[in-house]
Amino acid sequence: MLDVTALDLARFQFAFTVSFHIMFPAFTIGLASYLAVLNGLHLWTGREIYLRLFDYWKIIFAVTFGMGVVSGIVMTYQFGTNWSVFSERAGPVIGPLMAYEVLTAFFLEAGFLGIMLFGRSKVGPKLHFLATLMVAIGTLGSAFWILSANSWMHTPQGAEVNEVGEFVPIDWWAVIFNPSFPYRLVHMVLAAYLTTALVVGAVGGWHLLRNRGDQGARKMFAMAMGMLVVTAPLQILAGDFHGLNTFEHQPAKVAALEGHYETHADGAPLILFGIPDDEAEETRWALQIPNLGSLILTHQWDGTVHGLREWPRDERPPAEIVFWSFRLMVALGFLMLGLGVWAAWARWRGLLYHTPNLFRAAIAMGPTGFVAVIAGWVTTEVGRQPWTVHGQLRTADSVSPIDLPAVAGSLLAFIVVYFVVFGAGTVYILRLMSKRPEAGPPERDVGPIRAAGTTPAPARSRDFIPGE
Amino acid sequence: MELDLAFIGAGVIAFAVLAYVVLDGFDLGVGILFPAIEGETNRGLAMNTVAPVWDGNETWLIMGGGGLLAVFPLAYAVVMPALYVPLIVMLLALIFRGVAFEFRWRSRRKRIWDLSFFGGSLVATFAQGVALGALVQGIAVEDRAYAGGHWDWLTAFSLLTGMALVVGYTLLGSTWLVMKAGGYLHERARQIAWVAGPGTLALIGIVSLVTPFLNPRYFERWFEMPNVLFTVWVPALLLVAAWVFVRGMRRGPDWWPFAASLAMFVLSFIGLGISFYPYIVPPDLTIAETAAPESSLAFVLIGVLLLVPLILAYTGYAYWVFRGKIDPESGYH
Repeated sequence: MLDVTALDLARFQFAFTVSFHIMFPAFTIGLASYLAVLNGLHLWTGREIYLRLFDYWKIIFAVTFGMGVVSGIVMTYQFGTNWSVFSERAGPVIGPLMAYEVLTAFFLEAGFLGIMLFGRSKVGPKLHFLATLMVAIGTLGSAFWILSANSWMHTPQGAEVNEVGEFVPIDWWAVIFNPSFPYRLVHMVLAAYLTTALVVGAVGGWHLLRNRGDQGARKMFAMAMGMLVVTAPLQILAGDFHGLNTFEHQPAKVAALEGHYETHADGAPLILFGIPDDEAEETRWALQIPNLGSLILTHQWDGTVHGLREWPRDERPPAEIVFWSFRLMVALGFLMLGLGVWAAWARWRGLLYHTPNLFRAAIAMGPTGFVAVIAGWVTTEVGRQPWTVHGQLRTADSVSPIDLPAVAGSLLAFIVVYFVVFGAGTVYILRLMSKRPEAGPPERDVGPIRAAGTTPAPARSRDFIPGE
Repeated sequence: MELDLAFIGAGVIAFAVLAYVVLDGFDLGVGILFPAIEGETNRGLAMNTVAPVWDGNETWLIMGGGGLLAVFPLAYAVVMPALYVPLIVMLLALIFRGVAFEFRWRSRRKRIWDLSFFGGSLVATFAQGVALGALVQGIAVEDRAYAGGHWDWLTAFSLLTGMALVVGYTLLGSTWLVMKAGGYLHERARQIAWVAGPGTLALIGIVSLVTPFLNPRYFERWFEMPNVLFTVWVPALLLVAAWVFVRGMRRGPDWWPFAASLAMFVLSFIGLGISFYPYIVPPDLTIAETAAPESSLAFVLIGVLLLVPLILAYTGYAYWVFRGKIDPESGYH
């Protein structure tokens, strides 16, 4: 505790608040698109079940979105409170991108959210669908701009530093479409869709486990598993491309997450497991496959992969963190693929609604999207260290002139408030999710809605009901 | 003549802040007067008058903060650390009230979230008022960074402006309910507005009288000839707004008191602008010195020019959809 600095606490505070925040958009980006699809399908087919599912997920969306908004406002101001030097220097680049996020996305979401939640009877089904679509487009627009800003910090271009140290944009096109942006955007949007599919699948699985005949649960489970089997392989592919892009632009990050300290000029192994030690500059007990690392990163049997020793010690990201977060993310990605393939197989055999172990697996995988998202962000953001703007502005030089007690106090307050408030929100969301989809949307003042979860369902519902 | 992009940028930020203050002002105000509303159903109804629009209202706060970073990065980098404590308190308070809109309906213990809604609204408002007061009294700057201490913002004046904003938002909230609600809620809101209206005017008066003595430049701007010929119409119009308020409260129509309260805020804001110009962070930093490079300003302003009219149109549409007195049977909860 003795050598904790204001910088350390400011970094921890940012990591803490952004990690909490990212979970809400990761879920609402996917859920907004899902709601638009449900609303559109209802409009198109006229089938009641889609509207029922829309109403079911709409309320869960509202609770999550509210938490996303309030935790997001914190982010907008934290750049200034804790990272004022970064704001002053990089503000001319980052600020306009965030302003466009507000102008094109936040207002759109907020403007149509009220109509989407409360206005169906006032505007009719068509305009209501349009409002839902606008909310979904808004969430995607938000991802576009904020990921552009974030990507610029990883792969800055299109700006020059002037005499007072400000980054002055000279080519906005180059700034926005910086080299890592397209990869990061695709990777994140797919992650949001996967996260949502896993949550929807888990809720469907939970209710199918209790009542295989629940039509709402069947529909959401089938849709979620379908989404999963398409999105998971795409995500693995996108992740691979993103990795290659990072290898080109931030080779030190790749060296750290692969656990390479030595440079391998004639083919790097792929280290499956090991214990990286930044002090000793080696990965102990490495379990590795010869040449596979080069094959993945350079697409050549003996391509050169630089190790961390190529960089001065004060320009290396900590392998001890990103080595693990990267492996966690990748492992979860393959588990998601496994679940999707299993569900596709069950569907092909006509057993999608009759495989309790599949339901259980879907429930177990429910929260893994969030875990993978956070592991991925830790990998990319810690992997950017020691820079805020890669290669140009150090994290240590970005922090505000603030004292330790101020940062410590605000950090403590954020931790307490986030756990209490968002903890309560999570409980409410789980309660809403435990409401049976078949019975329609959760209603006002229903009191404890756990009935479906904690007490045995009526015997009737356990009867075998043949496929749709 | 060349376009002064920094000046236009300042106008955009001022517009965003004003939009935030009047829009989130009335929904924060509804939160502040929550304890004065009796009965769970009535409170629910009061909350539902703002539920469809609060999120859009609060987006203007992000526009103000994000816009300041984009257009005046230096001002942003100086003001945020200077107002560290009130801003963090405001952010935390906004969390408590923001989540209450949904949580209240999901919980078996509504009182907790009623309290969260009230406390969050009150504290967020007070913190905003304090932050405003701290900015008006001036922020110490050295070498492109904040040079003061962590408690510089805490003065009698900033506490006064904090209190003034609480009363002012209460007025906005109560006149909003006078306009949007019928029956008990309407009558109760009228009672509160009768107190908050004169209270707001009195506090505007006190703050206006103290402000010129904080900074000789403010004094000059307001009281010396020929300036006084241009500044005197601000208090004159305030009197008109006060008359509209009283007349609307006595004889209707119900939207007059709300419109009059909005006008009081707009006029106070214009008054503030008169004191500040050409400074953005008094007493040292001007609009021109803190402005982002031309390329950043131009890029943002094109977006503002194209998108803000569109935003105002669909936001206006959303308000239009939920126009009129609230139906006690409505709401999806």
